[in-house]
Amino acid sequence: MDGGVDTVLRIGLLYPDLLGTYGDGGNARILAHRARARGIEVEVLETRVGEPLVEADLYLLGGGEDGPQRLASDLLMKNDFAGRVTNGATVFAVCAGLQILGNSFAVEGNDTYPGLGIVDAVSGRGTSRSVGDMAVKVGDHVLVGFENHGGVTTLGVTVAPLGAMLRGRGNDGAVDGYRAGRVWATYAHGPALALNPWLADELVASATGLELNPFASVADELHRERLASLGL
Amino acid sequence: MKRRPSVRAALAVSAARLINWLSRRTGRGSGTVAGGRVGLRLAPTLLAHLARERQVMLVTGTNGKTTTSALIREGWGLPVAANATGANMPAGHVAALIESSATAVVLETDEAWLSAVIDQTQPAVIVLLNLSRDQLDRASEVRQLGERWRGALAGVTNCTVVANASDPLVVYAAELAPVVTWVQVPGMWQHDALSCPHCTQPLRFAEIWSCACGFTEPTASVRSDGSRAVFDNEEVELTLALPGAFNFVNATFTLAALRAVGVSLDEAATRVAGVSSVQGRYGRRTWRGRELRLLLAKNPAGVAALLAPGADLDDEVWVAINAQTADGKDPSWLYDAPFERLVGHNVRCLGERRLDLATRLEADGVVATVVDDLNVLTLSQGPVTLIANYTAFRQWMGESTPC
Repeated sequence: MDGGVDTVLRIGLLYPDLLGTYGDGGNARILAHRARARGIEVEVLETRVGEPLVEADLYLLGGGEDGPQRLASDLLMKNDFAGRVTNGATVFAVCAGLQILGNSFAVEGNDTYPGLGIVDAVSGRGTSRSVGDMAVKVGDHVLVGFENHGGVTTLGVTVAPLGAMLRGRGNDGAVDGYRAGRVWATYAHGPALALNPWLADELVASATGLELNPFASVADELHRERLASLGL
Repeated sequence: MKRRPSVRAALAVSAARLINWLSRRTGRGSGTVAGGRVGLRLAPTLLAHLARERQVMLVTGTNGKTTTSALIREGWGLPVAANATGANMPAGHVAALIESSATAVVLETDEAWLSAVIDQTQPAVIVLLNLSRDQLDRASEVRQLGERWRGALAGVTNCTVVANASDPLVVYAAELAPVVTWVQVPGMWQHDALSCPHCTQPLRFAEIWSCACGFTEPTASVRSDGSRAVFDNEEVELTLALPGAFNFVNATFTLAALRAVGVSLDEAATRVAGVSSVQGRYGRRTWRGRELRLLLAKNPAGVAALLAPGADLDDEVWVAINAQTADGKDPSWLYDAPFERLVGHNVRCLGERRLDLATRLEADGVVATVVDDLNVLTLSQGPVTLIANYTAFRQWMGESTPC
């Protein structure tokens, strides 16, 4: 979209009725708040099961359990979500959302289920569940969050991870998520953007094409406090 | 040789009593769980031994189990043995049954322990209030919990299950039980059950909920309708000293459970009307000269109940959020709870995760102050509603005194 004072940012929350296990809707709230604070008009739109995909500039995919994850993957395939990404939409996907955008993921038992194939990534099931705080070095920033998943994700050789693990497991203990064009993905689940205002701003900038002015908020203190709690 | 199990049980009971006495004597604890733990170590079937020939009710669910257990205890009209301190796992149950030999028993039961406690106590009534997200980092996700309940309840005998018909996960859990009293709770929190527990298709919520696969809300014989508890052929107008619309729901479950063991509805209703505080919840307290009303909310459904439209909150609201093991280490749930309803109140953010809360409230345009130093709280006056999650609630209970 073109920048300017009348910029409207459309945020599309995808299937919150399937992918909303852990406060995932919080990311839409945070993005909307931070964009509005910069004078950007925001519309938060939702696509629920049975509804057509909303037209948005920035799509959000949350976490979910096996059954809902499969259904969400099917619906995104049927509605050609990949086409939206090809057309330049910005995407932020966490946990189950991260897996759905890849080639395949593991469901009940060790069956493999097809993903959207937007990103060359394969997710299997690890031998144990990873539950706890995590931190990832992303360029000059550190992403902090909470992970609660049993997935192990292997990226294709051309796919860049989001960053290197400082704490926690992420994809495989070494790296977390991926960054592919305008698609960001992480295992930091739920309202990850609440803890990482810098990332929320990167997403808003990507989706609007605007350079954002700094915006001081209590979220900055929260980010510092989480880092300190992890000894970072 | 045949007598051995009961000799062992008797020994275990004595040991548990001794530990409890020591625990209280040395001031190291309230003396409920420690003894129970030792007793169970010595005799793993101790709970079954103690529950034998008593009439046991189990109360479980994500929210409302402590209050509902307290209402049942009061409403029964007999001496009742109960784990009234909220120690709701087998060690707490053992302790309660050692403390009291009453034949009527009500045990608040942790959701994850339901199956084991059913096996041990052969309950006459099981009350299933609701099933929603709570401490997801350490408990199974809600659907898995529903699956485990389902397995446990399919085989119960000589037992009435009193279950929430408006909660699809509870229905999934209870639908195979031989005898179920379904209680309809219009307008309850349903955000955790948006996809069908049978087939994962989305559920449709209208007057009743249903799924395209045929899974649908069962016909209820009891309905909670505001302050009225409506039974097949009888209706009770509830008057409660406890605040909040959700307590009418808890009271309706209480009446349905007591009716299953033959207690008259009217008599039970009269008795529960007098309950004004449950383990310090709801009652007015003071802290450094401030008058507080302490409310516990540890998950989205709990917050939604407390902040329901028309809820009676003071202008000043303090919200204390911790994320210790007992709370769940992940405060992501703050974003699923309708804290935006605090708009218009003067909110103070307290607890270890006050910054998480403040970030949430800032995004919603709620005026909130982060309190790093509790002394600032004594600078203003007037009554305060204090909403706290589990460990924060316990801290504030410890630091405040009854009015």
